[in-house]
Amino acid sequence: MPVATPTDILEQRSRRDVRHERLFRWLLKGCALIVLAALLGAAGATLWGGRDAFATFGWHFLVSSSWDPGNDVYGALVPVYGTIVTSFIALLIAVPISFGIALYLSEVAPTWLRTPVASAIELLAGIPSIIYGMWGLFVFAPFFANHIKPWLTNNLGNKPDDGKLSWVAEHVPFVGKLFGSDYPFGASILVAGIVLAIMVIPFISSVMREVFQTVPTRLKESAYALGSSTWEVSWDIVLPYTRSAVIGGIFLGLGRALGETMAVTFVLGNAMQLSASLLDPGTSIASTIANQFSEASGLQKSSLMALAFLLFVVTFIVLLIARLMLRRLASKEGR
Amino acid sequence: MTDSAIATNPTPVAAAAAVPPKLAVRDLHFYYNGFHALKGIDMDIPSMQVTAIIGPSGCGKSTLLRIFNRIYAIYPKLEAKGSIELDGENILDPSYSMNRLRSKIGMVFQKPVPFPMTIFENVAYGIRHHEKLPKAEMENRVEQALRSSALWNEVKDKLKQNALGLSGGQQQRLCIARAIALKPEVLLLDEPTSALDPIATGRIEQLVEELKSQFTIVIVTHNMQQAARVSDLTAFMYLGELIEFAQTEKIFTKPDKKQTEDYITGRFG
Repeated sequence: MPVATPTDILEQRSRRDVRHERLFRWLLKGCALIVLAALLGAAGATLWGGRDAFATFGWHFLVSSSWDPGNDVYGALVPVYGTIVTSFIALLIAVPISFGIALYLSEVAPTWLRTPVASAIELLAGIPSIIYGMWGLFVFAPFFANHIKPWLTNNLGNKPDDGKLSWVAEHVPFVGKLFGSDYPFGASILVAGIVLAIMVIPFISSVMREVFQTVPTRLKESAYALGSSTWEVSWDIVLPYTRSAVIGGIFLGLGRALGETMAVTFVLGNAMQLSASLLDPGTSIASTIANQFSEASGLQKSSLMALAFLLFVVTFIVLLIARLMLRRLASKEGR
Repeated sequence: MTDSAIATNPTPVAAAAAVPPKLAVRDLHFYYNGFHALKGIDMDIPSMQVTAIIGPSGCGKSTLLRIFNRIYAIYPKLEAKGSIELDGENILDPSYSMNRLRSKIGMVFQKPVPFPMTIFENVAYGIRHHEKLPKAEMENRVEQALRSSALWNEVKDKLKQNALGLSGGQQQRLCIARAIALKPEVLLLDEPTSALDPIATGRIEQLVEELKSQFTIVIVTHNMQQAARVSDLTAFMYLGELIEFAQTEKIFTKPDKKQTEDYITGRFG
């Protein structure tokens, strides 16, 4: 039996290391590829499922606002519009509030308060969306219809109850249209946007808080030493330093808002009509699918599939815009 | 060179004491969460001189420096008692405006910390907080500050580039430019070269030499040779107390206290 010399053992050992290294790399690559496969699979499946709709209506599917199962004519404009506008309203409300929450928790709040509030936010993120939907339908929408909506229509809208146009509606373009409504109930695009905002605030604020804490103390101290106030340090130092992560967090929230189904279905009113008013009911891609999928067949089912594919496209475009925004900001900073 | 620099630059403490001090520290105590970190410091820091503070880690030298511009106040549970008079006015008095204090006393930290902005904006940032200047004047001020910090020639063609692209030594000089752009009266340097290589350190020390004609400089350093090279006066601190404060030459050749001698000869610390 040949005796294993120290060199042999060393060589065996290094050969084994190389083998393990290779295996490990393949394993990691496999994990990453699952993401890609899932994404392409879902996009491909919906595109394939929607091929009838795309073949029948062509580009018209994108720009048509009719959704008429009686005559088997379908267009995606109303749900796509509803999806984008509700999500946009949600971000408009959620981003500043989340920024405030995160700044308070990372810069201002006393230490004993930070952890409990941060845990409360995480709990909020864990509430199922059906509960937000129920709350929206039974509590918030009626409250909105009774107390907030009349004020909005009378003071900002173009169809006030007393017939007298407010100064804002008369002099500022579009605002009148945005807040004019004959519809008596609360469920509307604005309410859906507000409920969505409440749902995404926990996501955005916890990401923001997390990254604000990564800003080096010495960076903040240097700014304070120049006389900066807490607000200036937050806005000029903390935010630029964490910008890409903050935008990442915002888009995490936006992703959730775009695809949110249950809560939106409850409070959006589910009306297949295109209205400029934020106080009118509308529909979104996800809620249209949820409402109609069980009874749909043939061309209608294919159109729903095509809608699902469009949700991919919308999300993709939004992410692309985010990337471009980041790049432009970076070049402004000389990077 | 070290010895001759000191010898040719004698600073009689008596003469310095005849004029009122720039910073007069009186019975200063400091507490971290109840821990007594500074125990009754009394110290007169003369105008237009370089004062070095040395001492082993944890002796309170950085703590003392951080009280001079009240940067400690951004954290809760830290407390300073006693008084520090800047030209006769107590800066620890809550009514002393933070803005005023920080425009008069600038600070440079241990590690270079450029802001995530362009080189120009890094310097202009602090100025903008205190003064509204027209564009041309702002450019002028930024150039002046960069020239004073001996950085202008290296960065004049890339003012619009991000400051993070500079080397460590350049970044630290940028931080000095940022501090002196506000035209402060006192410049606090908290171990400004501890993260730099010997060449960059040499440049910063040279810069300190140049800047002392315009500013009162207080430098904390753990490097005794550095203190000997750059300072006119040296304070030795140990366990939160000021053990000895005198002309640098005296501290390093014939200190009065045994502890000082032990420390500078390397017997502890």
